[in-house]
Amino acid sequence: MSSSESIAEKVKAIIVEQLGVEEEEVNIDSSFIEDLGADSLDIVELVMAFEEEFDIVIPDENAEKIRTVGQAVKYIQDHR
Amino acid sequence: MVLNGKKAVVTGASRGIGRAIAMSLAEAGADVLVNYTNDAEAAEKVCSDIEKLGRQSIAHRANIADPEQASSMIQLAVKQLGRVDILVNNAGITRDNLVAVLRDEDWDSVLSINLKGAFNCVRAVTRPMLKAKWGRIINISSIIAYTGNVGQANYAASKGGLIAFTKSVAQELGSRKITVNAIAPGYIETDMTQGLPETFREKMLSRIALGRLGRPEEIGSVAVFLASDAASYITGQTIIVDGGLAV
Repeated sequence: MSSSESIAEKVKAIIVEQLGVEEEEVNIDSSFIEDLGADSLDIVELVMAFEEEFDIVIPDENAEKIRTVGQAVKYIQDHR
Repeated sequence: MVLNGKKAVVTGASRGIGRAIAMSLAEAGADVLVNYTNDAEAAEKVCSDIEKLGRQSIAHRANIADPEQASSMIQLAVKQLGRVDILVNNAGITRDNLVAVLRDEDWDSVLSINLKGAFNCVRAVTRPMLKAKWGRIINISSIIAYTGNVGQANYAASKGGLIAFTKSVAQELGSRKITVNAIAPGYIETDMTQGLPETFREKMLSRIALGRLGRPEEIGSVAVFLASDAASYITGQTIIVDGGLAV
């Protein structure tokens, strides 16, 4: 498994756990708010979970730009 | 014991109301980080009193007006106690003067410690509490938030701010089983009220239905209640504990 696949898998698993959604609902272009029903506090918690899982710091101004699953995966790939 | 195994952080806990809250939480079964700024000896004494109850305790010096010190204090509590279930924002100071001559630094220091300090600690504790999906935040306001007081415009503004802050944070964190409440003490026997002029004390006493100043442990017991499961459906509230003070 390439590292981008494993990051995507981990991101998906975190989203499933944090948002309480089904795995099938989580696609690469799913929007956290529109498609997965997240509220603003959910987004904060997601970012916190990504930071812990991947040992990175996501500054607020960058966190605001992460709206979809794909954007989260890309951000993490670029910043690990 | 209603707080068996809970982990608490109490700011400004080396004396006065903070000390009594730390002791009451420990008596109810909680381990406590005792925050202080100046009096290490007094803080160590609180810790040893807590340890005598069979609870764990850490004395930790931090100026909570500084976001970094507030944040490292919460991290230390998580590391040494395992979690933070209960945060009591008690640290507060007075720098009284008439507003016409109130100095910038006296306005700023009161707001920085009493109001911003609480924000700094709440922001730092949000992460571990969100993760735990449980938490109790208790902000110590004051009856002065409701009545105002000559010479205490800065203090009153900080304590009124804490009540509005409490209501807002309660709404933000309620969905994660984190409750946020405030206690507004009236006149309590502490070093802070010892400094009041005798004539003022007498005037106050005549207005208090129970006819006496409050004891610090009478605030501690309310903090225990708000931290316990008995208060699980209370959030965003301020409980006035003033012996029936009529203004």
